[in-house]
Amino acid sequence: MIEMERVDVAVVGGGPAGLAAAAAARTAGAGRVLLLERDTRLGGILNQCIHDGFGTKVFKEALTGPEYAALAIRRAHDAGVETRVDTTVLELDPNRTMTVISRNGMRRIEAGAVVLSMGCRERTRGAIGIAGSRPSGIYTAGAVQNYMNLRNILVGRRIVILGSGDIGLIMARRLALEGAEVACVAEILAYPSGLARNIVQCLDDFGIPLHLNTTVVEIHGTDRVAGVTLAEVGCKGGIRRRTRRRVECDTLMLSVGLVPENELSKRAGVVLDAVTRGPVVDDAYQTSVPGVFACGNVLQVHDLVDYASLEAEKAGTSAAAFARTGALPAARIRVLPGAGIRYVLPQRVTGGDAIDFTMRVSKPARDAALVFSSDGREIRRLQQQVLAPASMARVRLGRGRLEGLSEVMVEVAG
Amino acid sequence: MYKTFDVAIIGGGVVGCAIARELSRYRLDVVVLEREPDVARGTSSKNSGVVHTGINVPPGSLKARLNVAGAAAFEALCRELDVPFKRVGKLVIAMRAEEAPELQALLTRGSANGVPDLEIIDSETVRRLEPNVSGYAALHAPTAAITCPYSLTIALAENAASNGVAFQLESPVTSIVPPGEAFTLTTPSGLVNALLVINSAGLHADRVARMAGLSKYRVYPCRGEYVILDKSRCGLITRMVYPVPPKGGPGLGVHITPTVDGNILLGPSATYIRGRDDVRTTMAMRRQLLKEAAELLPGISPGDAIAAYSGVRPKTVPSSRGGFGDFIIEEPPETLGMLHLVGIESPGLTAAPAIAALAREWVLRYLPRPESPRFNGRREPSPRFRELVAESQAALAAVDPDYGQIVCRCELVTKAEVLESIRNPLGAKSLISIKYRSRAMMGRCQGGFCGPRVVDLLRETGVPVDRITLRGGGSWMFAGTTRGTANGAGRAPVTTGAGDD
Ligand SMILES: Cc1cc2nc3c(=O)[nH]c(=O)nc-3n(C[C@H](O)[C@H](O)[C@H](O)COP(=O)(O)OP(=O)(O)OC[C@H]3O[C@@H](n4cnc5c(N)ncnc54)[C@H](O)[C@@H]3O)c2cc1C
Ligand SMILES: Cc1cc2nc3c(=O)[nH]c(=O)nc-3n(C[C@H](O)[C@H](O)[C@H](O)COP(=O)(O)OP(=O)(O)OC[C@H]3O[C@@H](n4cnc5c(N)ncnc54)[C@H](O)[C@@H]3O)c2cc1C
Repeated sequence: MIEMERVDVAVVGGGPAGLAAAAAARTAGAGRVLLLERDTRLGGILNQCIHDGFGTKVFKEALTGPEYAALAIRRAHDAGVETRVDTTVLELDPNRTMTVISRNGMRRIEAGAVVLSMGCRERTRGAIGIAGSRPSGIYTAGAVQNYMNLRNILVGRRIVILGSGDIGLIMARRLALEGAEVACVAEILAYPSGLARNIVQCLDDFGIPLHLNTTVVEIHGTDRVAGVTLAEVGCKGGIRRRTRRRVECDTLMLSVGLVPENELSKRAGVVLDAVTRGPVVDDAYQTSVPGVFACGNVLQVHDLVDYASLEAEKAGTSAAAFARTGALPAARIRVLPGAGIRYVLPQRVTGGDAIDFTMRVSKPARDAALVFSSDGREIRRLQQQVLAPASMARVRLGRGRLEGLSEVMVEVAG
Repeated sequence: MYKTFDVAIIGGGVVGCAIARELSRYRLDVVVLEREPDVARGTSSKNSGVVHTGINVPPGSLKARLNVAGAAAFEALCRELDVPFKRVGKLVIAMRAEEAPELQALLTRGSANGVPDLEIIDSETVRRLEPNVSGYAALHAPTAAITCPYSLTIALAENAASNGVAFQLESPVTSIVPPGEAFTLTTPSGLVNALLVINSAGLHADRVARMAGLSKYRVYPCRGEYVILDKSRCGLITRMVYPVPPKGGPGLGVHITPTVDGNILLGPSATYIRGRDDVRTTMAMRRQLLKEAAELLPGISPGDAIAAYSGVRPKTVPSSRGGFGDFIIEEPPETLGMLHLVGIESPGLTAAPAIAALAREWVLRYLPRPESPRFNGRREPSPRFRELVAESQAALAAVDPDYGQIVCRCELVTKAEVLESIRNPLGAKSLISIKYRSRAMMGRCQGGFCGPRVVDLLRETGVPVDRITLRGGGSWMFAGTTRGTANGAGRAPVTTGAGDD
């Protein structure tokens, strides 16, 4: 027989988002809050991020990933959160019953509310379809980071990096510090997809060249990677054949994007956004399935952990409210991404309280404004010096500013 | 001196392994010599995994006879060996009225080969069977089935091994001295003597024949590329969906095949190439496969792809000539005592059980040995966690906590299953050997998550970090350890990181 237990709030995933959500749910008055983590330790991806730059918003100091995680874990435990590690959530049904498994066996857990905070996974060679042979030596950046920082294993000696995402940049520096040679970073876009400070600190400071508008078109080598062919990409996205050149290397490291890990959500019937690939949520971070909330990288890929934690606190607080009352106010106002906006969250709002919107622009812009409007009437305009797809923008609209509307649109205005 | 085997089989593909297992029923001393560090590394792991019915092969050919006989034996064989087999059926779609006569031709040919229950259905029935597929009409072949080709090859080999067949891996045969008393085969690990030799070296069968002085065969490699789609798309089709085969082309056309594990395969293409082992994939073909497949099945998009691979057909007719080439299975007078299997392209997987029966008859004519009383053709089923209902999963985890520990999150593979795959009877320990046996690292994250965990388990079983390879040989995974780690490469203790118990 499969044992059954009941909790007020269950949190799936013990990274910074899950930890913050669980702590907030307790603080907001939820009775039993249970956090489930499939890894051996809490802290999620932070455990392998041994560089610093975390926590300036939430803890007001610059911390390494493990330091940030340690503080977040302490907060959760102090708040009275029960945690279980080495425990995988296998299934979630729309009535918020979960099937979980660990070395202690299988259980069913019925929850008054559920917070999804499963994080994300990396895009792979197969997902982006790099041609060529199939040797060893092709790694995603997160895997390289895991091998190096958690297992003291070096994956190669001469590395080409595809993609200028933050993880890739940080790993370029880490590899250089370990004495590996980073031949170059190739980025298919006309601008880097990582934060500007990481370009300076991780590439420029180490003399690692960054080639924009450039991609890997073929992988060579039968046993181990022997090299890659790089080529420039024309303005219509086609390969400029004349620019093909081979770079010798024994490792290709991919930093080509993260995908929210929503398999569990999908099976529970949670509706996903085609752009973020995370759930569609309202301003309580409630998904399309009542009582199921989402936050952190499973909702949208964050570049700063602090914002993942802040968003999670809100989700945890809402989950506690749902567990107590069984329903939350309906979110009737639709939020639409307009010109220049790739996505904006939440996608639906109630309009009562103050709301934190998070969004990403489609392409870099200087001296532009983020404009909120409804039916052509401007609600709020924020002038920005720089807008870059790499940095998530956050905008707060104060209490009552959306009352009575049916739709708001956000756009970038010159 | 060297021991003399009764039979040496060159090549551990599905054909060589099926023969080995068939021969293990008898009191015969059999050895399989395989070039690679594991079985199932050639064409046998790089195909569509379809158990064909026999509608595509000309009546009267050896291909037709062995296809139909192999298909008839397949389900029972898979059951004995605990290998997945699903009779999902197949639709050959005519997109336009002009293509409809082709369906009739396939039906006629299939019926002549004795394929049961073939039927031509109209577009409405197509819609009813496969709501996401559109077409003018289709040939429905309900007995067509799918299997897992590398699982089958591995199961045949492991069952043969437990019935006494010797497997010498990483042993490419480089020369063959024809018999005085026995054949002498040279491999880098030593000489092997055998009374009879079976050449089932797949793409290299012509070269192996040449080693024995027989130069009449010629293999023309023809590559087929595939794209694998994410499991979340598995609801799109339940049957295989094929186009009408392109006229005079070297393949069956780009088809859409569900796999036994719930993914969808698009492909294969057909391109004649020079290097026989050149299994690269190309951008151009990926785009074309996705485009052609979307014509049969609108709703497929490039974002659904999780991986790509390709396999190479050992054709016996060059592209310039084209047309049908039959299997060649013979013992020419120049090499008496040596059976050659050349051009074992599709439907070679389907035909493997029948080819094995044929090889058995040939061996027994020379060496009429009795059956071995110890033969056990059953491979004990080992649980596949992901395929079980929750109650059975719970029961397993209650007995063995290793079944409660998920290692591969995408494919739901437990620690117990990974450990079992590491302890395989052939002693193959590369990551691909573990992957083919356990399915860890085969899902949408392609080992990004579980790779490090599998590496931990390998190290716990005693494989040092600098000896871990992707597929053996020079496919090393790691350059050593990081600075400040004790005593250099390979001797690093398993460090205290996430995932270490
Ligand atoms: C390599 C890297 C470098 C970064 N660098 C910085 C930086 O310098 N500064 C900064 O501020 N931010 C940085 N970030 C961003 C920040 O770390 C992330 O935004 C944050 O970790 C996201 O937290 P999360 O809780 O949503 O996800 P995660 O940290 O990924 O946690 C998710 C957890 O859920 C668990 N889980 C998933 N599915 C299940 C299941 N079914 N059952 C049980 N448990 C499950 C996972 O094991 C994991 O522990 C970086 C991120 C990465 C990946
Ligand atoms: C794209 C494609 C799709 C296909 N789809 C299907 C299908 O759906 N259904 C079907 O029935 N069939 C299909 N086939 C055909 C099927 O895959 C093959 O017929 C079958 O796998 C052949 O098995 P084999 O054992 O002869 O060859 P292989 O699997 O190639 O095995 C030969 C082995 O010999 C070894 N070897 C080579 N030289 C030496 C040497 N000198 N010494 C020692 N070892 C050596 C190789 O390493 C290899 O392991 C397909 C084939 C292709 C290419």
